[in-house]
Amino acid sequence: MMANMVTALNNALDQIMAENKDVVILGEDVGKDGGVFRVTDGLFDKYGRDRVLDTPLAESSIAGVSIGMAASGLRPIAEMQFAGFMLLAFSQIVNHAARFRARTRGGYTLPMVIRTPVSGGVRTLEHHSDSPEALYSHIGGLVVVEPSNPYDAKGLMIAASHSDDPVIFLEPTKLYRLFKQEVPEDMYEVQLSKANVMKEGDELTIVTWGTMVNVVNNVVAKKKNVSAEVIDLRTINPLDEETILKSVEKTGRVMIVHEASMSFGPGAEIAARIAEKEIFHLSAPVVRVAAPSLPYPFPGYEQYYVPNELRVSKAIDKIMSE
Amino acid sequence: MKDVYDGTVRYMQILDENGNMDESLRPKEITDVKLVELYKAMSFARALDAKALSLQRQGRAVTYAPILGEEATQIGTAAAMRPNDVFVPNFRQHGVYLYRKASLESIMLYWRGYEESLKDIKSINAFPVAVPVSTQMPHAAGAAYAQKYKKTGNAVIAYVGDGGTSEGDFYESINFAGVLKLPLVTIIENNQWAISVPREWQSAAQTLAQKAIAAGIPGIQVDGNDVVAVYAATRDSVIGAKDGPSVVECITYRMSMHTTADDPEKYRPDSLVEAWKPKDPLLRVRTYLARKGLWDDKKESAMSEEHLSIIDEAVARAEEFKPDPRSMFENVYSTMPQVLKDEEEEAVAEGFWQGEVSK
Repeated sequence: MMANMVTALNNALDQIMAENKDVVILGEDVGKDGGVFRVTDGLFDKYGRDRVLDTPLAESSIAGVSIGMAASGLRPIAEMQFAGFMLLAFSQIVNHAARFRARTRGGYTLPMVIRTPVSGGVRTLEHHSDSPEALYSHIGGLVVVEPSNPYDAKGLMIAASHSDDPVIFLEPTKLYRLFKQEVPEDMYEVQLSKANVMKEGDELTIVTWGTMVNVVNNVVAKKKNVSAEVIDLRTINPLDEETILKSVEKTGRVMIVHEASMSFGPGAEIAARIAEKEIFHLSAPVVRVAAPSLPYPFPGYEQYYVPNELRVSKAIDKIMSE
Repeated sequence: MKDVYDGTVRYMQILDENGNMDESLRPKEITDVKLVELYKAMSFARALDAKALSLQRQGRAVTYAPILGEEATQIGTAAAMRPNDVFVPNFRQHGVYLYRKASLESIMLYWRGYEESLKDIKSINAFPVAVPVSTQMPHAAGAAYAQKYKKTGNAVIAYVGDGGTSEGDFYESINFAGVLKLPLVTIIENNQWAISVPREWQSAAQTLAQKAIAAGIPGIQVDGNDVVAVYAATRDSVIGAKDGPSVVECITYRMSMHTTADDPEKYRPDSLVEAWKPKDPLLRVRTYLARKGLWDDKKESAMSEEHLSIIDEAVARAEEFKPDPRSMFENVYSTMPQVLKDEEEEAVAEGFWQGEVSK
């Protein structure tokens, strides 16, 4: 079927619900409204209020309740309405979800998914556009996933639902309806913690994910004189270091492009690993393209904040000239 | 066994939906002349609301949260504040900002998506808009602590929606204020919908005002579409704030969508909205004033014309605003860090904010 990311995720959730009656969806407006982006559309009518639960408006309890459910034989898939609001649940996620298994030495597992829309570019109000992948990846114990296309979205969601570890599933708002793609009708998994080499090349490695994948691909398509290898991480944590290092060994040049702000962002972690393990293979310093080291601005300013094709293009020119 | 606590919550209405005034409960300062002023303020808020909605539909505003139907709750509470009292909103109190003389242009600028909209609100003792639900409530408790500590005699008036009362931050704040007897007045603007989730799915409590009881503080419920009752209850709470906090639950109705990004047809039958139309907060005041010979169609149309011209001028000024991307960098810290300065200079030097991709 041809599907955009919303349809692909909706289809995945439907199949996951049908497959296992222990799966419960919960969150704000996930029921009749089908979620503010309609990702859970129709599931309330199909599976009923016991399995598609409109919760009272309280993010901390959505996360905490999910932990209690997951520790007691259910497999909750929670929706946080926006990444900014999800921070009200940060304590539950960090203090409990991330370490429930470790604290009980595997006595408990937490098969749960927390989905939330992330990143900007669609002129939403403040707190609706954050890119929090570094926050959740920094903790340890959380699998952090971010698809960049409908095919991966469906396959990663199904894999996340089968995982026995808590998965933070980040859905770029900008990509929800940006384009359609052929998506298989049947259930399939896209492996967690496995990056996707989208395009092979031998002069430059570009590591990216989420909203920046299209931006990078657009620039690379225009720069016909540069043989760039584009890697879509798909899972931020645990990192698929092997795929990145293998590519860097081949190309000797690497750029990391993310929408999250620069300082202490995920690019720093990737750059550090490359510096530790591949520095003698590098023929130019690692380059990061990211939003400025600032909180996400109001929508009137986002065009100046989110990295654009021009920035990626200039960064490629720079790294190729060294 | 013995009773250890017995609580009740009282409901107040003064001006009913047919325009009948209960004179025994009417505050003496709400004269007929004052009522005309409140009617004009509510009408202005409604006119602004209609304009903002239409601008958003034309792509001239980013997103907008309508206040249609909630004018009495906003203007009634705002009128009960004293100039030095501190106002802590969530994201839907444009009516309160207006009554406290925030510039119309700044309100427009917020919904056009610029931080400059919040630059001057401190001068009217208002806190900034708070979008994450109920997160403003602890700020209000902290502000109330500061008033008490500094012996200002001012109260803090904080707003939260029905959905917001489900958040921990709501209870934590009224509880904190109760323990320390802080001058905090919490207005629950109960418009009965948290996007698609109805009031009865938020809490099994019969009233939201009774949540005050669990914090050991007084709570009252009022007809939130009755500007006189809203004023009276808020005024009592504001005056009483010197002795401790209280909660005023205003029962109103969200006649429009949550924001312009929302489609209520998905979850709410029109019949529910229709049932609230006779309870309109403006209609009953107009009926009362007309009966007294203080309002008529001529006055109504003259007022509408005046409001529209004021709003149009403010919109024009707001639309002249030109953002400077450097302001993003230069207002984050008191002193600009060198690493940030480097990022800003690179953006300027490399022309990140304009231009085409080189081949």
